[in-house]
Amino acid sequence: MNWLIKGARIVDPSQHIDGQMDILIEEGKIFKLGQNLSPSRKKGMDSIELAGLVVTPGLIDMHTHLREPGFEYKETIQTGSEAACAGGFTSIACMPNTNPVNDTRSVTEFILRKAAETNLVNIYPIAAITMRSEGKSLAEFWDLKEAGAIALSDDGKPVMDSGVMRRALEYAHSLGLPIISHCEDTCLSSGGVMNEGFPSTELGLPGIPGIAEDIMVARDLLLAEYTRSSIHIAHVSSAGSVRLIREAKNRGIKVTAETAPHYFTLTDDDLRTYNVNTKVYPPLRGKADVEAIKEGLRDGAIDAIASDHAPHALTDKEVEFEYAASGMIGLETSLALGLRLVSAGVLTLSQLIGKMSTHPSGILGIPGGSLRPGAPADLTIIDLQRSWTVDREAIRSLSKNTPFLGWDLTGKAVLTMKGGVVTFDELHN
Amino acid sequence: MKNKNRVVMDAEAIDRSLTRVAYEILEKNKGLDDLVLIGIRTGGICLANRLQKKIAAMEGIKVPLGILDVTLYRDDLLRTNKKPRIGKTDITFSLDNRKVVLVDDVLFTGRTIRAAMDALIDFGRPRLIQLAVLIDRGHRELPIRADFVGKNLPSSLWEDVSVNLTEKDGVDEVVIEMDSEE
Amino acid sequence: MILERKDILGIKELSRDEILLILDTADSFIEISTREIKKVPTLRGKTIINLFYEASTRTRTSFEIAGKRLSADTINISASTSSVVKGETLLDTARNLEAMNPDVIVIRHSAAGAPHMLAGMVKQSIINAGDGAHEHPTQALLDMMTIRAKKGHLENLNIAIVGDIAHSRVARSNIYGLKKMGAQVTVAGPATMIPRDIEQMGVTVHSSLNEAIKEVDVIMMLRIQLERQHQNIFPSLREYAQRFCLSKKNISLAKKDVLVMHPGPINRGVEISPDIADGPYSVILDQVTNGVAVRMALLYLLTGGKA
Repeated sequence: MNWLIKGARIVDPSQHIDGQMDILIEEGKIFKLGQNLSPSRKKGMDSIELAGLVVTPGLIDMHTHLREPGFEYKETIQTGSEAACAGGFTSIACMPNTNPVNDTRSVTEFILRKAAETNLVNIYPIAAITMRSEGKSLAEFWDLKEAGAIALSDDGKPVMDSGVMRRALEYAHSLGLPIISHCEDTCLSSGGVMNEGFPSTELGLPGIPGIAEDIMVARDLLLAEYTRSSIHIAHVSSAGSVRLIREAKNRGIKVTAETAPHYFTLTDDDLRTYNVNTKVYPPLRGKADVEAIKEGLRDGAIDAIASDHAPHALTDKEVEFEYAASGMIGLETSLALGLRLVSAGVLTLSQLIGKMSTHPSGILGIPGGSLRPGAPADLTIIDLQRSWTVDREAIRSLSKNTPFLGWDLTGKAVLTMKGGVVTFDELHN
Repeated sequence: MKNKNRVVMDAEAIDRSLTRVAYEILEKNKGLDDLVLIGIRTGGICLANRLQKKIAAMEGIKVPLGILDVTLYRDDLLRTNKKPRIGKTDITFSLDNRKVVLVDDVLFTGRTIRAAMDALIDFGRPRLIQLAVLIDRGHRELPIRADFVGKNLPSSLWEDVSVNLTEKDGVDEVVIEMDSEE
Repeated sequence: MILERKDILGIKELSRDEILLILDTADSFIEISTREIKKVPTLRGKTIINLFYEASTRTRTSFEIAGKRLSADTINISASTSSVVKGETLLDTARNLEAMNPDVIVIRHSAAGAPHMLAGMVKQSIINAGDGAHEHPTQALLDMMTIRAKKGHLENLNIAIVGDIAHSRVARSNIYGLKKMGAQVTVAGPATMIPRDIEQMGVTVHSSLNEAIKEVDVIMMLRIQLERQHQNIFPSLREYAQRFCLSKKNISLAKKDVLVMHPGPINRGVEISPDIADGPYSVILDQVTNGVAVRMALLYLLTGGKA
């Protein structure tokens, strides 16, 4: 609970800090940052020397699927938490497409109770916009907020009915609950299993055109503008979406957006082997879309990187491509893939941490994302030089559905600390 | 590298042998009734053609001639992945109740003839099958014998016996090659 | 000559030389089907399993005859009657079959990529008899064999493929094959049936039948599936036929010695008028005959020990 961290490079975008400093932590909170700090009189103060390593505010993943209740064979809150802290995360927000859907306070309370039992990572439930996420009738937003939900989404499905989405935006805004929109026009996407483009033509697989996402992004932006509310766009994957969001921001519409690491790392060409682990919704898109996503991250059109961690068991994946479940895990590879953007000069390290910690905390209105004095001692310690290979056996998530199996990556979280307590330690081995 | 080529039959010798074989076929079969010639691809085709011509010169009758490719009937076909080229089989007449004279260039282990007989029986039911070869080099692995032989040529297993014919090789000769690779 | 492959999953990965090997071998097998005893002992004792998840009389019968004429034991499994109905996954079906030690598995499936999945799971040779809209390699091979037999060559021929290109595995496989062999390929159909960016496969695209078949050497008509009408891919069979049916009215736009082909089964009056289907330009029945020979050739080339 009490720590003196010495000699590390501190990267905290919230305070515009990027340099060598010491951190003093007392009672699980940040006490002071400074040069050459000495340990305080608090008993049980541990001192660690972290020269050569980077310390950042604890990473926050604002889009994960923990699958519990209902799909415990894919992942549980316990295993998802273990995967999260191994990935360097101290807080995660979990989507409501569980079974039952998190559309009532009892499910929200269940998730929070389980989270407290595991106590490895701060878990913030996102509740559903509509009952059973059927897109027809609004859930009890106020009751859900009272129970502990921090945002609303029907993720996995869009709210197709514009009238329903309008009411949702108005009502949620009045309660200060962010709405996270899964943008998909199901009339255009129906039947599709991969991006519509030359690869889908060659593979003979039904395609999902990029405009299926763009059209709903446009609609949601206009609804947010009209209702004078705000909106967050989930898993942005297409160039069209990035352009619309950028233009909307320039016009003053209150929109934030996230993308996932696979959308700046892989393209639809990577599906040519029919590898079921590349099947995801939104689908992997073309090279132009990948470049647009990177540009959007660089110029701020896209505010956050969120993994969309979607575990699926072998039984859901090891079938014919068209029938396989969509989704890939991501908590344990998100940081390393994000660091590739830093090596490629797309983002500075500070900007990356902003996208993976500071901005998510601001968008969701949750603590974290900062190492200001008084903030909870949620930290991620990163070894930028650490080389590692994505190895099936080492994955802590219950499911292993990632297309990055066997990839050699550089950069890893080697110690994760939540509220001053170490939840993951690969440093002292 | 092969060295030591010995020519054991020249063009004249081959021609005389074939003439004799043609007469023997006529004699043994007491004429040409229901007789057909079937040349085994590839070595036997030219020889069958030549026999057909000689018999025509002797008796004034052109004996029906067919070509048989035995590749698909070989007993060693699926033992390796190397698939030999399959040639065309061209037998346009019925074999039922005919006297078939199979023609091949070299009789060696007998396996080709075994395959040829299996193939012929799938084509019909010949009254009898006889075998005419230019060279019998011994080393039979099956109980097969020729009815008409141009020349008996005892050979060793390290030797290679080739029948070259003008139609396909530009020259008429039978050559023994010592294979020094063995 | 060796086909150094375990499986035949598509035309895309075959080289020109491999295609020639298969076509030449198929030529030798034609004659066997004309004999009194249509059998050679070549694959005696080998087991071939035809695993058909999609209904098919034509292709399955063709594979069955091909196997039997080579003296192999052929077994047909159709999904509607097998354990698949009970929910057995492709993976389990594959492992079960592998445990019975067949030599070749021929698979037809409605999901693209299913044969590739199978090929990765089992040690047997897999032949793709059609996977979704992806590839139908044996169809393209028999189509090329038919054209070559009639025209003597494939290089520099102009070939038009007409119909529902977007959903056609026959179109894709033929485009790959014909282009590899040096032919020019044009595709035509209603705009809703032309898949995205197909020009990148090196074909010319037309939205009118008359434009597409001008001076061509070969016209390949594809089958229209009635279900597509309900997906708003075309408004009605009547309109489709008026615009895209090959008949006496438009056949004269092609070369005088044009070949008319169709993978079957034909919707008479929709894709081809009956008089063209049965007329002198049609080589549709030759396609069927050549289909058996091509399949025999593939079974022959894929089985056997390793060198």
